[in-house]
Amino acid sequence: MNIDALGAILLIPAISAALLAILPGYMLTAKLNVVAALATFLTSLSLFVIEPHSGQYLLLDDLNKVFIVLTTFIGFTTSVFSASYIHHEIETGRLTPAFLRFYHAMYQMLMLAMNLALIANNIGLMWVAVEVATLTTVLMVGIYRTHEALEAAWKYFILGSVGIALALFGTILVYMAARPVVGEGMDGMVWTVLVRHAAQFDPALLNVAFVFLLLGYGTKVGLAPLHAWLPDAHAEGPTPISAVLSGLLLNVALYALLRFKMMLAVNSAAITPGPLMVTMGLISVIFAALMLYRRRDIKRMFAYSSIEHMGIIVFAFGMGGPLANFAGLLHMTMHSLTKSAIFFAVGHIAQVKGTQKIAEIGGLTATNPALGWGLMLGVIAIVGLPPLGIFMSEFLVVSSTFARAPWLTVILVLGIIIALGGLFLRIGPVMFGDPKGKTAPAEASYVPMFTHLALVLMAGIYLPPVLVSGFQNVAKLLG
Amino acid sequence: MSSLQFDIAHLLAGSLVLASFMMLYQDRLYALLNVYALHAGVLALSVAWQAYVQQAPHLYVTALIALVFKAVIIPVALHRIIKRLGIHREIENVIGVGLTMMAGIGLVALSMVVMLRVTPGADALAREDLAFALSVVLLGLLIMVTRRNAVSQVVGFMSLENGLVLAATGAKGMPLVVEISVAFSVLIAFIVIGIFLFRIRERFDSVDVQALDRFRGERR
Repeated sequence: MNIDALGAILLIPAISAALLAILPGYMLTAKLNVVAALATFLTSLSLFVIEPHSGQYLLLDDLNKVFIVLTTFIGFTTSVFSASYIHHEIETGRLTPAFLRFYHAMYQMLMLAMNLALIANNIGLMWVAVEVATLTTVLMVGIYRTHEALEAAWKYFILGSVGIALALFGTILVYMAARPVVGEGMDGMVWTVLVRHAAQFDPALLNVAFVFLLLGYGTKVGLAPLHAWLPDAHAEGPTPISAVLSGLLLNVALYALLRFKMMLAVNSAAITPGPLMVTMGLISVIFAALMLYRRRDIKRMFAYSSIEHMGIIVFAFGMGGPLANFAGLLHMTMHSLTKSAIFFAVGHIAQVKGTQKIAEIGGLTATNPALGWGLMLGVIAIVGLPPLGIFMSEFLVVSSTFARAPWLTVILVLGIIIALGGLFLRIGPVMFGDPKGKTAPAEASYVPMFTHLALVLMAGIYLPPVLVSGFQNVAKLLG
Repeated sequence: MSSLQFDIAHLLAGSLVLASFMMLYQDRLYALLNVYALHAGVLALSVAWQAYVQQAPHLYVTALIALVFKAVIIPVALHRIIKRLGIHREIENVIGVGLTMMAGIGLVALSMVVMLRVTPGADALAREDLAFALSVVLLGLLIMVTRRNAVSQVVGFMSLENGLVLAATGAKGMPLVVEISVAFSVLIAFIVIGIFLFRIRERFDSVDVQALDRFRGERR
């Protein structure tokens, strides 16, 4: 069997996970982790040049290409950040080399699971991949073994499992709906076959299935009121994992939802998933924006900001139509880049100061200018101020939906503004207040953070036409 | 399909819902585990019957896994863990037994109404199976939210998983994915028992999740 690029983006993480689990020495394994992530990223880029064939198990189309490239890119930059992050954790003794071996193996396992979820053409396989991704992150969130980390991991495990169980029930219902039309056996779970025949499926069964899928995968997206695991998991795990959770895993769950949304769109008698998604999106935006005001832990604060942005993205995809889908896709990309950059900065800041409490961090722009201004730039981007990329995508979301649903858009804008106030209120003293806490210079790797921010800035000023036409294709595909 | 075959399938799936109800009101951990073993045993019978009716031999494997692993190994292992940790006292319910049972009845009624109404096209066995499976899933969720104790939450989750297996086997001809998902439930059970209970014990001297709540991230 000859292995094409689709197989390779699964094989590289799989092999490196096995290698990292047995190799000693964290300096070496950290480098190997970076190399493996880079190799996966380069392989994913090759998908644009040579397009491998989609089969019964693996699928490649314009939609998941975007997701794969984004996932592998941030997976790579995070591995670079992770290398310098864990160096510090070893020195302070928070992690031991044995745990690091486990950590690196799990990191590659997570990349494998996310890539598999993105290219799976089989809804059962996709479910398995999302489940594996959940389990690996549960293990990594609990890796510090403190009270808080264990509680966070436990909560994440229980809520994540419930979500994943509901998603499986939805998957079974989809198969039940498909069986009378496409027949028994493997075909009833192959996504491309399902979409081709979805028009003849029983609409009532599809409706119920989608509700389960929305609740199930929605838990993993972090939509309110199913978000309870998210802030804890972000706050207590190692920061590289917070970056990957916010930047990637939420997207992967969203991708699963979008696939099923596309299937329902084919069946005219089934409910339109749009209103459900719009409602959950708006609830998430407003709820998370209000929650930002009372945060005392800096990582928890940005976790709530992630809920807010996932709300905006789900809102955009829920509204649907070429323009709103385009805006949602752009917003998702921008949010992933910005939020992981913010977590890179926050990770180093927490290491320098030895705390995550907002009250104990102060005057960063004076004590650690590079980190401070990097984080400030990230915050300016994430609240949606011009000229950065998120301003552009939020503007597109608002303007594309305003004509169709002005009141909903007003609520959305209100949420965005409340969130802006909350974030600036909290981050102001951290940036410009009196210097507090330890002021040691940071041994940080600035490259990943500033690369992300530069990309976001560039997207805000000038979007390359290739990217625009690519996103437009995907937006059309999404319907 | 003969009506006898249908009746037996119906009886077994119904017994599974009944076993879920029995789990709802158990107030001792050992008793809860015994009922869970019964739950898994009924599931094994039900899956084996489906395998016979649908003439799908691979489902016998699923039935065997349910019987050996879920009905014997897991309960025995949990028994030993509970003994080692010395936590065989009462389970603290968040709400009273009466209220829990009422909620359970409501959930079963809900799943009957929803599933029977949306599946008029499917064959009778699959319909009933799906309705019962949803009841078991929802009752499993109810067990999880009404218990504070980590072990009983895991038991609730495993009963929920049983409901999923019932649904998957009821969907005739569902491909290999069933076995994969069963393998995953095994993995989950391993992770839970091996890592979490151990670590929770190590750090808290208690597996009462309420004890964990004291350490919530923001109240430091």
